[in-house]
Amino acid sequence: MRFAVLLKWVPDLVEDLEVDDEGTGVDTEDLKFKLNEFDDHALEQALLLAGEGDEVVALTLEGDGAEKMLCTAIAKGASRGIRLTGSSSLDTAGLADSFSQALGADTYDLILTGVQSVDDRDGQLGPVLAARMGLPCVSVVSEVGLEGSTAMVAKEYSGGMVAEFEVDLPAVLGIQAASEAPRYAPVSRVRQVQQTVDLEEFAVSGTGASSGSSITGMAQPESGGGAKMLTGLDELVEVLNGLGVT
Amino acid sequence: MTEHEYQNFVEKENAVIDGIDVSGIWNRMWEPRELTGFDFTYLDKVTSLPGGASMRACYQCAECVGACPVDNVGSYGPRKLFQRLQRGMDLFNHPDLWLCTTCNNCLRVCPKGVDMMQVMPAAREQAILDGNVPAELQEMLQNVAEYGNPMGESARRRTRWTKGVEYPVRDLSKDPGEVDVLWYVSDYFSYHSRGNDAARAMVRVFNHLGVDFGILGRGERCDGDSQRLCGETGLFEELVEHNHALFEQNPHQTLVVSDPHAYNALKNHYPELTGVEYPVQHYTQFLAGRIAQLNGLLTGEFARKVTFHDPCYLGRHNGEYEAPRNLIETVPGVELIEMFRCKQQGYCCGGGGGGMWLDGLTADHTSERLSENRVREAVEVGAEVLAVCCPYEVSRFEDAVKSTGNEDVLEVLDIIEIIDMCIG
Repeated sequence: MRFAVLLKWVPDLVEDLEVDDEGTGVDTEDLKFKLNEFDDHALEQALLLAGEGDEVVALTLEGDGAEKMLCTAIAKGASRGIRLTGSSSLDTAGLADSFSQALGADTYDLILTGVQSVDDRDGQLGPVLAARMGLPCVSVVSEVGLEGSTAMVAKEYSGGMVAEFEVDLPAVLGIQAASEAPRYAPVSRVRQVQQTVDLEEFAVSGTGASSGSSITGMAQPESGGGAKMLTGLDELVEVLNGLGVT
Repeated sequence: MTEHEYQNFVEKENAVIDGIDVSGIWNRMWEPRELTGFDFTYLDKVTSLPGGASMRACYQCAECVGACPVDNVGSYGPRKLFQRLQRGMDLFNHPDLWLCTTCNNCLRVCPKGVDMMQVMPAAREQAILDGNVPAELQEMLQNVAEYGNPMGESARRRTRWTKGVEYPVRDLSKDPGEVDVLWYVSDYFSYHSRGNDAARAMVRVFNHLGVDFGILGRGERCDGDSQRLCGETGLFEELVEHNHALFEQNPHQTLVVSDPHAYNALKNHYPELTGVEYPVQHYTQFLAGRIAQLNGLLTGEFARKVTFHDPCYLGRHNGEYEAPRNLIETVPGVELIEMFRCKQQGYCCGGGGGGMWLDGLTADHTSERLSENRVREAVEVGAEVLAVCCPYEVSRFEDAVKSTGNEDVLEVLDIIEIIDMCIG
């Protein structure tokens, strides 16, 4: 069985984010980037599912962080890493177009990606990619089991509801959380991979796909004035009584 | 069983030796102690690792068990570990792998040179490579690998503590060049609120002494010594390469470190990788060399009973017991009293060798934190202040003071804070 995992390099939320001078995006100068944490879960889920003889292939777009992401994935247990070159559009439609070309060049049983990335909270890469490739898709997945040529997956809904789906393979899954916490990649192993493994490349062509939407403005949320700082328990009880809580 | 010779022995009804009947019930071995038939797979695995060979030298004298700070609050010690390995324990998947704080007290007393400071990192490295890392430790390792500090804080915030200090702090990441003293601030002085207090105190003391110093600012990363002892050798090597490059870029006469772990790393382990001997001093050594000058500055009085906790990585690992004591005794009004376990026999705070980030796991296998045990001792000798000089310790001991109900009895202060308080 062959698994594909799609990885994205995103701003690290440990930093204080600032809006750029144009007012349409995050100021990325001096910003630290890291692997999108949902993609880390997608990778972990693929590694957990993969048995002996199975193959886990990590894919990402070329650029800063590509080598680190792919080598770390291999250090954790992935079999191969593919860097996509020549892609110019970075919105969801562009990413889906680029990934569909690379994935279409080979055969995969299960394609996993993070349910969303922290830089756009779009959550559409999985569905758009699946639509392009004519595959079924389930997003917000927190459990995956394989039975022959089908996957049994649990999809989370708001309010704590969980639905179970039976999905024909090949399929695309948007992973919310792997069934175990993402594993640690020992630095010595990552460094060894960097020195010994040749990452593959796939040239993307004709990337003009766009979602058709563009950001017209981005701003920090304004501070509200509705908060009241309470000084003690008595005041809290008073407030709750005032609200009719008994 | 039948081939064993002991089964041919006849047990006498009575045996009198030198007038004493030694055949009493108290002297009878009811069951043969069987040492064959055990699985030595894991013992062999440990001893075949680079650095693991000395584990086999143990001859069960148990000197180490009495010295082991973890055994004091649990059941541990190299002797016990060796026996468990003899009996087939898989150390690589066992909590025992992570309980050792690498305090070095067992090696101090071991007649056979069983060196847990080499055995444990080697075994832990194997466990990490096999994917067996306690979750709380994994989070720390990931943070250090990703951000260069165990807290997972942004590198940009590494110098935030300098805001509000009344004296200038030269940040060499913005203003590179030569300084007399390159001060390696360390993670806990940079990011922990109580460490920040000590870091600001250091700035004030340096300025009063007229020291020309600079810090590495956002470029500084964790020294890596605790990560090395946790078995993350690759991460340690990466940190050495990074920090070494910064040391080279900023020429200095002396490299002063706040942290005994950094001192140990720079003195004993960085040179193995870089081939460079660093002019490193722990801050207590640097200041102890300027006591005459300090005497003129210390106009305030600190009239309290102070006891000093020897950091394992300054004391036992590197033989420095006097510099911190000399500094404390320089402070006017101080009455220095020793705890029962001090200097070479100093008790461990529990933070070394990764213990700093293994509180949950350790709590499951010990009756109390090592830091709590130590705080009780400080109270027992009548100390009002527990003086420390390792950035791990203020937070560990302050927590222990609270959890043992000694908030009104004992205060925890870094030596640099005491000195700063008394400079007029």
